[in-house]
Order: sequence, then structure tokens, then C-alpha cells
Amino acid sequence: MTAAAADVALKGRVGDPFSSAWRRRLPLLPALLYSIAVTQLPFLVSIYYSFTNLKDKTQSLIPEPTKFVGIDNYKQIFSDPFFRQAVWTSVQMTVFAVVLSLVFGTLFALLLDRKFLGQGLVRTLLITPFLLMPVVAALIWKQQMFSSLFGLLDKALTFLGLSSVQFISSHPLASIVTVLVWQWTPFMMLIILAGLQSQPGDILESANVDGASGFGIFRQLTLPHLRRYLELGALLGSIFIVQAFDAIDVMTGGGPGSTNIPYYVYQESIGGGFRYGSASAYAIVVVIFSIIIATFALRVLSSLFKDEERA
Amino acid sequence: MKRGTKLGVGERRSFTLGIGMLAWLVALIWIFPVGWTLLTSFKTEQDAAAQTLNQGLSFGRYHDIAQSTPGTLSLQTAFMNSLVVVLVSTLIVLVLALPAAYALAIRPVHKWRDVLFFFISTKFLPVVASIFPIYVYAEKWNLIGTRTILIILYVAINLPLAVWMTRSFFMEVPRELIEAAEIDGTSIINQLRSVILPIAAPGIAATALLCVIFAWNEYFYALQLNFASGSTMPQWVISNVSTRGNFLAKLSAASMIACLPVILAGWAAQKRMIRGLSMGALK
Repeated sequence: MTAAAADVALKGRVGDPFSSAWRRRLPLLPALLYSIAVTQLPFLVSIYYSFTNLKDKTQSLIPEPTKFVGIDNYKQIFSDPFFRQAVWTSVQMTVFAVVLSLVFGTLFALLLDRKFLGQGLVRTLLITPFLLMPVVAALIWKQQMFSSLFGLLDKALTFLGLSSVQFISSHPLASIVTVLVWQWTPFMMLIILAGLQSQPGDILESANVDGASGFGIFRQLTLPHLRRYLELGALLGSIFIVQAFDAIDVMTGGGPGSTNIPYYVYQESIGGGFRYGSASAYAIVVVIFSIIIATFALRVLSSLFKDEERA
Repeated sequence: MKRGTKLGVGERRSFTLGIGMLAWLVALIWIFPVGWTLLTSFKTEQDAAAQTLNQGLSFGRYHDIAQSTPGTLSLQTAFMNSLVVVLVSTLIVLVLALPAAYALAIRPVHKWRDVLFFFISTKFLPVVASIFPIYVYAEKWNLIGTRTILIILYVAINLPLAVWMTRSFFMEVPRELIEAAEIDGTSIINQLRSVILPIAAPGIAATALLCVIFAWNEYFYALQLNFASGSTMPQWVISNVSTRGNFLAKLSAASMIACLPVILAGWAAQKRMIRGLSMGALK
């Protein structure tokens, strides 16, 4: 059936529950309703909470009645220096982790795009860190690499006759970014690799015949072709990395320089503060940031998506 | 073009060999922390703490971590909790996603594109935006510390990915086969069972494996809503960090046990994984 015919069928029998339009929608409804119920409804409730002084009843001896406080929670955000610190940490953590994993991911993808002995095995090894439980990845780096008690980096420094460094406590942000980059590089690599392999081979070949240098081909043809894949990697990566929680919880448990926005919201609420009202206001601010990134992500996705339909 | 068949016309053999060796070197460096942890898991605690290897290797630490101390979370409990939560949530995801993918790919509903983008936008909503109402209501309905609450949430986490991924595989089922089935008057369920599922099976398997990986590795919700007896594997791994005495070898063994199932799942799904990770935009 063509799209036009589908439209006619749709308009022809609106309201009749047994019409073909409803029969088409029926298989979709369970998934759609489930998603709305579990993700959208709580979000709406969060917005409501953000205008109240809701606290956990089980956590206080004298429960206060919940009441409306207007925009007090939002006003408080702008005078909270810890929140400002958390925003800045979030920005740094996300930018460093995304950029570095994109750079490594692109380099690895370029290597893997060639034919060589054991190519499949190398790819398998490289994606493994991405499959690890984030909690385990953070523990491995914390205990095996960075620890001043038994970490390999510390042992190496001692071996070289240098004084040991308290990696995690003196460089919390860099330590967490290291783990994030280690885990997310394979993700970027797979996206860039898909981009490289979608490059039309005949153009590359004719450029080669015309005597273009390898680097020239990369800059003039490959890089422009990869642009959208790099954008997609950066945006999807940002959306996930901006929500990083596990690595922070395991490595530092928060603290100056490593508490990002999600971790701060957690500390203010379930992690000890139990002030759901004001924590909800923080969460809403995070959502506004996310919507900005997500809008760009959706635009890139939908352009790739339209190409795929045309192909 | 086929994967990795590119060989530049003017390229010399030695160059290709160099690339191969460099790729191997990079892979070995990248995997080193995992390899070292695997090695540590077979050491004694003294060797592990000193990063030496004087007392040989054994399966001793794997034996140790399987022993449960009363009052603490045991491997058996955490493993069963994870297994039930992961399998049940993945099954529900597929039951919801397959008909939805049918309605978005085979006989698309009006405005199917908006519906697809709605699913993905739920993935972009930060978890902190919905965790408080979920926590408050879970407390009210006595769901804190149960497997049920985790199953409910993991279905929501994985559903967008599964809908996008299965839709993308359904798009590849030849139209003629579906039209032939439609002319024969086959019902939707029979169409799915006899025509679409057999062709899309490898893709659906990869989708299920990705859902398993994400549910198995999830820590945030598990920590917030499911402490104590309902704890899953990530919490059990962390419980092996001790403030008294050496623990590195035991922790390494625990890490390996916790990661092995999903590493295998990921290796099995790796050829089709990119489609799920890019929400069906890439192949």
C-alpha cells in the first residue's frame, strides 16, 4: 500500500476502533504506553516535586507537611556554589572524555579498516573494555592501576626511582576521565569504522590512480565523509557520558573535582540529603541541558536515517 | 564493500604488515588492564598485593569468593537476582518491541517517524529526572529491594534500543514475502512467526544480547532501589572490596566472574552491535 492510500484509509474511518488505522496502531500501543508510563509520567511528577519542599518521610523524626514553595528551589540553584562546581565538573568530564575517546576511536578504526592477519581478533579484543561492567572497569583502574598500595603505575614510578603519586586523590577528574575514555573508545571506534566502510570504494580507487597521496585522500575525501559519523559519535557519547555515575561512585565517591551533576543530585537526595523537592529542581535543570544536546543528536540521527531510507 | 578488504593500489606489502603489527600492539595495550586482572585472579593474595608471582597460580580465589559469609551478600544470591532480572526484563522487552517494530516497519502507522523519535528521546532523558517519583512510589508500593522494580525499570531502559534495532532488521525482510503472506490472508501473528521472524532471527538475537548486556551491567537503579537481599552482580563485586586484609586477588576473581557472561554475549553480538548502539542509524 502506498503512503497516499494509507492516508486515505486513515481519514476514511476515524473513530471506528476496528478500522484499519487502529488495527495498524494496535501492535504499537503496548510498547508506547509502557514507555510513557515508566519514563514520561515520573518526569511530570518530578516537575511537580520541584515546586514543593518534599522530603523523605521515613528519614526525619518530625515529618514536615509537604507544601508548595513556588520557585524557591530554582532560586536556590543559582546561589549554590556546589552546584556551579558540579556543572563545571560535568562540562570538563564530558568534553575531555568525548574528545579523547573520539580521537583514539578514529585512529583505531583507521587501523582496523585495513586487512591484516588476525583482524577479527584485534577487533574483538578492542571492544572488550566497552562490554565490561562500568563498576568493574572503575575498580580495575582504581585498584590495579592507580592504587598507591598495589597499583602498577605506582610500582612503575618506584621502579624508575620517582616518588609515588596519589593519582585518584590528587587528580580525581583525570582518573575518572581515563576510565571513561578507556571504555568509550571502542564505542567510537565501531561508529567510525561503520563510516569508513560505507565510503564508496570506487572514488578512493580513482583518487589513488590519479596519484593522490594517502594523507591527501584522507583529508580531502575520508574526513569530510566521516564528519557526520564523528558528530553522531560525539553526540551519543555526550548523552551517555554526561550521565556518568558508576565510575564516580566507585573511584572517589564524590568530592571536589569529581562530583558531576547527576552525582550531586544523588547526594542531595537518595544518597543522604533526602530533599526530593530541591533535588528535583536540580534534575529539571539537567534535563534542560540534555534537551539541548539531544536536539542536535536527533538532527544528526535523522539525517543519517533519511540517507539510509534513500539507499 | 566487504569489511577490511581495502588494499590501496600503490601500497607496498611492508606497509600493510606494519599496520597489522601496530593494530596488534594497540589492542594488546588496550586490553592489558583486563588481562592483568585475569592473571591476578589466579594469584595468592600476597602475590596480588605485591604485584609479584612467587607462589604460583591456582583457582583458589574463585573457590574463596563462592563461599558465603552469613550476613553478607553471597555470589549465589546476587547471581540469581541478576539472572532473573536480566532474563525476564529482556523477554518482556522483546514481547513489547517485536509487534511495535512490525507497526513501524512492515505496515507503518501514520506518523511512524515521530513515534520512532519519541522512543529514542526517552533514552535521552537523564535518569535523575525520574528517579525521585520512582523511588517515592516504589517505597509506597513496597517495591524497594525487590526484583520486580528492577525488571520494570530495565524494560524501560532497553525498550527504545530494541524497537529501533528490530525495526531496522524488519526493514530488510523482502517486501514480496510479506505481500505474499498478506494475500494469503495470514494474520499478523502468523506473518511474524512464519515469514518475518525466521529472516530477522539473527538480528533479534543480537538485540536480545545487547539488552542482556545493558541490564546485567546496570548499577544506578540497582544501588538506589535494590540494596540488601535484592542486590545484583555489580553490588556483589563491590562487596569484595575489603578494608581489612588483602583483597585484590579475590576482587579480580569476582570481577572476572561478573563480566564473563556479558563479554561472551558481546563477542557473539559484535557484528550487529553497531546497529543497536547507533539506534539503527548505522549498519
